[in-house]
Amino acid sequence: MASTAAHLEAPAMADLTDRPSVFNPLRWLFSTNHKDIGTMYLVFAIFAGIFGGALSGMIRMELMEPGLQYFGVAGDPTAQGPWGNAHNYNVVVTMHGLIMIFFMVMPAMIGGFGNWFVPLQIGAPDMAFPRMNNISFWLLPFSFALGALSMVVPGQGADPGFGGGWVLYPPLSTSGHNGPSMDLLILSLHIAGISSILGAINFITTIFNMRAPGMTLHKMPLFVWSILVTVWLLLLSLPVLAGAITMLLTDRNFGTGFFDPAQGGDPIMYQHLFWFFGHPEVYILILPGFGIISHVVSTFSNKPVFGYLAMAYAMVAIGFIGFIVWAHHMYTVGMDVDLKAYFVAATMIIAVPTGIKIFSWIATMWGGSIDFKTPMLWAIGFIFLFTVGGVTGVVLANAGVDTVLHDTYYVVAHFHYVLSLGAVFAIFAAFYYWIPKMSGLKYSEVLGNLHFWVMFVGVNLIFFPQHFLGLQGMPRRYVDYPEAFAFFNLISSYGYFITIAGMAVFFVMLLDMFVLRRRPAGANPWGPAATTLEWTLSSPPPFHQFSELPKIEAKDHH
Amino acid sequence: MRRWQSAGLAGLITAASAAGFARAAQPVDKGYALQAPVTEVARDITAFHDYILLPIIVLISLFVAGLLAYCVIRFNKQANPVPAKFTHNTTVEIVWTLIPVLILVGISAFSFPLLYKEDQTPAKYDMTLKVTGHQWYWSYEYADADGVALDANMLPQDEAKAAGKPYLLGTDNAVVVPVGKVVRVQITASDVLHSWSMPSFGVKMDAVPGRLNEAWFRVDKPGLYYGQCSEICGVKHAYMPIEIKAVPQAEYDAWIASQKSADAGSTNPAAAQFAAIPTSTAASAQAN
Repeated sequence: MASTAAHLEAPAMADLTDRPSVFNPLRWLFSTNHKDIGTMYLVFAIFAGIFGGALSGMIRMELMEPGLQYFGVAGDPTAQGPWGNAHNYNVVVTMHGLIMIFFMVMPAMIGGFGNWFVPLQIGAPDMAFPRMNNISFWLLPFSFALGALSMVVPGQGADPGFGGGWVLYPPLSTSGHNGPSMDLLILSLHIAGISSILGAINFITTIFNMRAPGMTLHKMPLFVWSILVTVWLLLLSLPVLAGAITMLLTDRNFGTGFFDPAQGGDPIMYQHLFWFFGHPEVYILILPGFGIISHVVSTFSNKPVFGYLAMAYAMVAIGFIGFIVWAHHMYTVGMDVDLKAYFVAATMIIAVPTGIKIFSWIATMWGGSIDFKTPMLWAIGFIFLFTVGGVTGVVLANAGVDTVLHDTYYVVAHFHYVLSLGAVFAIFAAFYYWIPKMSGLKYSEVLGNLHFWVMFVGVNLIFFPQHFLGLQGMPRRYVDYPEAFAFFNLISSYGYFITIAGMAVFFVMLLDMFVLRRRPAGANPWGPAATTLEWTLSSPPPFHQFSELPKIEAKDHH
Repeated sequence: MRRWQSAGLAGLITAASAAGFARAAQPVDKGYALQAPVTEVARDITAFHDYILLPIIVLISLFVAGLLAYCVIRFNKQANPVPAKFTHNTTVEIVWTLIPVLILVGISAFSFPLLYKEDQTPAKYDMTLKVTGHQWYWSYEYADADGVALDANMLPQDEAKAAGKPYLLGTDNAVVVPVGKVVRVQITASDVLHSWSMPSFGVKMDAVPGRLNEAWFRVDKPGLYYGQCSEICGVKHAYMPIEIKAVPQAEYDAWIASQKSADAGSTNPAAAQFAAIPTSTAASAQAN
């Protein structure tokens, strides 16, 4: 790739002049530039993350000790406490989940880093459909607004918001919530779904048609592979969610009875439809992280990725198997035992490609010359914590044991280990890895390190004790719990405050980088092992790049 | 399927009961393990978790942590300034694909027999208990004792304290079942989804409107056991616990008879039931 780098190193003068001012609102409203749109996605994700993080703070505050502190008054969950009643608690739990999934992790991973680095890494000037890219982003704030609005309009009786969990199971989401809140939430998800489907079409087209000459699929960077698999999952699963929630909408408003047994419908059918989307969705949240971690580990180990093809096809395998395991979320609905046995077997198989990925990352580090820059800390943290979340997944895959663990805090601990500690750590790894490229500025290694260590301690304190609560039988989505669960809930809430302190360090780091010091980063701050095409460009890259396409030589790997 | 059941949990069950570290059949302060099992199925679940799954996942996690630590110490920039360039090693790739497969097959050998045992109600069951979830209480019907039925509402904090029961677990009417008998449970719901969950029995079954789900249990020893609704069902989701009082057959028969006579002699069956059921822990301790 060195041969392609020279003429791309410095932005052309013409390019500097056609970059509109940051303060011109039309630059952002009408943007068709993948980097600007990616930036908007990242800013959006940060704001949504603050909102969703505040909601989780309300949860941890309430659960800090037994009894009703904020949502209700002592002994009466229906009475109004400082933050409403137990229904409002359920709303907070529901919206925490939906916001973190649809408005934080997905926009950050796919919309943010995907938009920024897929075109750069495949040597393309932009996305295939730049205007569609614009609407993909701009649908999201409106979707978010509808979701936020749903929290304040009547949900059930006089109580505002939908409090039935992010899964929106009927009959609680149909006859169980008679106010307009649930309808707003359905429309919010419809719009978020359209946004994601348009984005998925854009990415698939871009990756299949706009790779630089010589970049075959088998030379494509692993992050691009991970986004390719992810957007296929989006394209195939989201329409099923759209169908399911449309049926909820018509059941609620137009007299249909898809999920109403009194009209010949079946609430369990909704669960099948939902999880046919929902299980691929959890892989959508983590797969881009797999790609990111591969680049970070390889770059800072100063060594090429171990087993490139196995890594790529492990992601394809995980994506495929992700579509045929959905009912492991439904072991307790009363399914036929042979069906359960099938889902046990299919689910456990996922551990094999996942294991290949974990061991290949370690093999990439093996024999390397590891530089412990901030992105590498997040990546190593990711590998270990994702392993912990993965092995508890193997426990839960066994329907026989899931009988006691289903819908307990063990499940909450499991999916936060793979998402809150997996996906979020991958997002931070990507952020520190790419922010010098995106902004042209250096971040402070001291603050980055501090951010990592404080958060590592914090999130583990939050979620590790939740395994114990789950084993002891504490059900999830509970506003109050028996005395016996008090100790580990208190520890978990302490962990939250430490995590918040970690996030404060993150914002101080941003302030230091963007306002106080503004140290230029240079085109490639990471050295010779950062081999992908984005490092051949200036930092920040020119407003329009690759007007002359780079050529990938046969000897270059990915 | 039957033949899978013979696949050898027997030894583990013995091991599980022999190990005997302190557990209770309800949540305890600082408790970090599964609740003490009081049915054979729950014992199998506990043994499978504690002696198969937990050691495997702890060892895998430690193994990965150890490899990472080794890389961090041995292959950091100072210790290893010149990185290796290899990108493939077919042998090691085959090994880390096949060994996980073997581990999973090993887990399956215990997992599937347990799943089938749990799921299939023994053909000879002794009684049927019909459970209906409502917002926000459980109602129970004794299908074989014509007309005996009760509603179980959570006890408020002061009454729970007075009755010596844990708050948020104790109910006004305990569900009385005979010890050592196979109880077939039929579970449904009248409004939204609920889930009837008894951790120490190894039972959790969703209550779904329009469906009649089935589960079963056979309690080993008399006592009061607790469970909680495990599917979000609205504002009082955390306030519809399950309390089961397991008693010897004779005591159970007497209780059923008292329920029938109370029904016959009262125009207010609910009140009569309330008076008739001895549910305090003191009473159950005597029974034991």
